[in-house]
Amino acid sequence: MKSLVFALASAALLSACASQQEAPKTAGSKPARDLPMIDKNPFPSTYKPYASQPTLIRGVNIYDGAGGKIIGGEVLLVDGKVAAIGQSVTAPEGVTVVDGTGKWVTPGVIDVHSHLGNYPTPSVDAHQDGNEVTGANTADVWAEHGVWPQDPGFTRALAGGITTLHILPGSANLFGGRGVSLRNVPGRTVQEMKFPGAPYTLKMACGENPKRVYGSRNQKPGSRMGNIAVDRATWAKAQEYDRKWDEYEGKVKAGNAALKDVPARDIAMDTLRGVLDGEILVQNHCYRADEMALVLDMAKEFGYKVTTFHHAVEAYKITDLLKANGTCAAMWADWWGFKMESYDGIRENLPFVHAAGGCAVTHSDDDLGIQRLNQETAKALADGNRAGLDIKPETAWTWIGINAAKALGLDKEIGSLAPGKRADVVLWNGDPLSVYAKAEKVWIDGALMFDALSRMRPVSDFELGQPGEGDPK
Amino acid sequence: MKRLLSLLALTIATPASAETIAIVNGKVATIARAEPIENGTVLIRDGRIVSVGSNVAVPADARVVDAAGGWVTPGLFAGYSRVGIVEVDAVSGTNDIQATSAPYAAAIDIAPAVNPLTTAIAVTRIEGVTRAAVMPDAGNDIFGGQGLVMSLGDGTPITRQQAFQYIVMGEDGARLAGGSRGALFARLADAFAEAAAYARNPAGYGYGRDRGSLLKRADAAALAKVVSGEVPAVVAVNRASDIVNVLALKKTYPRLRLILAGAAEGWTVADKIAAAGVPVLASVAPNLPESFEVLAATQSNVGRLIRAGVKVAIVPIGRDLNHQVRLIPQQAGNLVAQGRIPGGVQVSHAEALAALTRNPAEIFGLGGELGTLEPGKRADVVVWSGDPIELASAPTALFIDGRATPLESRQTKLRDRYNPLKQDTLPKQYSR
Repeated sequence: MKSLVFALASAALLSACASQQEAPKTAGSKPARDLPMIDKNPFPSTYKPYASQPTLIRGVNIYDGAGGKIIGGEVLLVDGKVAAIGQSVTAPEGVTVVDGTGKWVTPGVIDVHSHLGNYPTPSVDAHQDGNEVTGANTADVWAEHGVWPQDPGFTRALAGGITTLHILPGSANLFGGRGVSLRNVPGRTVQEMKFPGAPYTLKMACGENPKRVYGSRNQKPGSRMGNIAVDRATWAKAQEYDRKWDEYEGKVKAGNAALKDVPARDIAMDTLRGVLDGEILVQNHCYRADEMALVLDMAKEFGYKVTTFHHAVEAYKITDLLKANGTCAAMWADWWGFKMESYDGIRENLPFVHAAGGCAVTHSDDDLGIQRLNQETAKALADGNRAGLDIKPETAWTWIGINAAKALGLDKEIGSLAPGKRADVVLWNGDPLSVYAKAEKVWIDGALMFDALSRMRPVSDFELGQPGEGDPK
Repeated sequence: MKRLLSLLALTIATPASAETIAIVNGKVATIARAEPIENGTVLIRDGRIVSVGSNVAVPADARVVDAAGGWVTPGLFAGYSRVGIVEVDAVSGTNDIQATSAPYAAAIDIAPAVNPLTTAIAVTRIEGVTRAAVMPDAGNDIFGGQGLVMSLGDGTPITRQQAFQYIVMGEDGARLAGGSRGALFARLADAFAEAAAYARNPAGYGYGRDRGSLLKRADAAALAKVVSGEVPAVVAVNRASDIVNVLALKKTYPRLRLILAGAAEGWTVADKIAAAGVPVLASVAPNLPESFEVLAATQSNVGRLIRAGVKVAIVPIGRDLNHQVRLIPQQAGNLVAQGRIPGGVQVSHAEALAALTRNPAEIFGLGGELGTLEPGKRADVVVWSGDPIELASAPTALFIDGRATPLESRQTKLRDRYNPLKQDTLPKQYSR
């Protein structure tokens, strides 16, 4: 046993050496490894798919997440990927067969707005790690540094079919920090949950929260004017930072950089630079229509894109602008009235954005809501159709399928059941747009991670030895 | 003047609608019996239900409402809410939920806070909720004050004023009482003793604090009704040990009428709650250890309480009490769904519906007036497009005290203004 540990330690040392050797080579006199470069991934994902067996789900009804529906079809999962989907597929010998008669299959549900892990339960003061409420610009903080993997909420979300979730910093600040996409697998560390290769995101916020939090401290911003003013001043600085580092990196590439050329490093600006370079996706908390329109113009002024507006309670008023800018709106089905900027919430927000050709996404921002995003989608679908629209159930599933994946820059990997995509799959014991349906089995990268029938469900360290341990919560 | 008088009265006479209405061709869930009546008729006259059944003669002068095969149920009754006393939570002037710096606590009567024109009332009723228990929250003491039962119709808003006292126990109660559960029970014992002293001799009680009491006279008067059992106490409590301690209060105060609210860990002591004959107001969805007093929270709680014989009303979850009371049918659906996985508890559709109608009516002493579709009862009746607790369903017609109530709200007006099927040439502000 001792030797195994030693062997692992040696392997780690070796790989550390290997990565050092990958430092940029230059033709100049100075060895390149002495010139600092920015490591864009200092907390790399250590997630690896868990062991899986080739699995065929047969005779099952399917919402494929991209707008398709198959009645009585088949899905084949091999080596962690969707291998085939259709009315009937060819399966290899010895495949594990799951009878899906009378049941439904969907892609694993994606929640683009969650605070599991950074506002975990129990929600005691010691656990309030979701928002660095000490300055209007905290682009330097990263949500993953406040995520507690033992949050019992992850296990409840899994029972609701969630396989990927995006953890964001809170909305007190104009620049809240980096968000992170997670695989919903239990882990000891957040690195064991991180979605490999997922783009980072930047949480921004407009409206009531930043101006209230800082205005009440007699700091800027104290008004919606101040919100935009601080945003613009910060983006202008970010452009300057971006230019300096671009110039330096250009010199390094050309082999004529010296130590004196190295620009000052600013962790917050690294994130904003990533946005300007299109590598980091903006996730902007914003409720009111007029404010979203201003933010879209500001993004044009500084040359970045708003990937998704979050909450977007008045998105239904500016569906044309959202469509023209290619910006998704992540929305609740029916929340309203808790603050002024949520006063005009209507039940048809999701379907109205969708009907105008926009990218509508159902989100939760809530540790109970994340357990039933299928139900939230079903309510919005019914409300839209009652208002005269004609949206099919399989189309509505895109709001927690391919559209949600798009909102996180992950639509090539997840969000729909198509050959080659990650085998994130939920088997529901009924039509998941019905209130009576529950997730029966959940596969993540083809590995069975939850099974209500055999009572296979993770129990977080926190809940071990507590009343109700292992209960089908 | 008539309105003012009724506001002051404890129990209000129904403002009767003189109309005769026959709802025909419905799947009528009377709640009085387990199975719905297929192709049933509900006959309403003067604000009351006259007859219900599959063989009801429709009078010639009746206005006929065709349910088109849809479900017909009693109006839903939200047994715990703050609907009607807050317009926008974060706009303090419109928010009458809590009085953190008031000199009174138990004496606070929430009735003057009710605004029948609060937008949340129409938003809530058009999804089938016709009555709600409205609770003042505790702000500066463990006693929140006197709550009421409200009608969500556009007529007289208050069904029963001073219907109960709201008391907060557990972690919040301990904090309000000075920092420990010991202090909380000391506070409660002292307050009840003072209330009993007041009840024995109101004239001799003075102003309360002039004789060293921690209760003011007005607070003592309000609590006297609790100790005597004249009004029930809605007690917010979650931890199993706290629930047991609250139930034990009945030994000291035998006339106390307890209603537990929350009871997240109730299932672990369900037999004790059932034996005490104490009803529970509980939500289905909360299943996380939000605090150390709800470690055993589960979506099976309500089902296990029902199976143990406890009378349960399904109430909105905490964040939904003001604006999202309308979501109680979704919770009822989830309760039924929870019975369909191993380890879950089977709860029938009929039991789930009763937990939204008859149970809350009975818990608040209004079982003779509301909660079922039976002759003589107030005509709170909802016609649904489908299964009332299914996500896609919605009311197609609504009657409160026999009055047809339009399915409109400020939200439906916004919806109609911005409906993508509608084209305008002028700005939206010209369209309504």
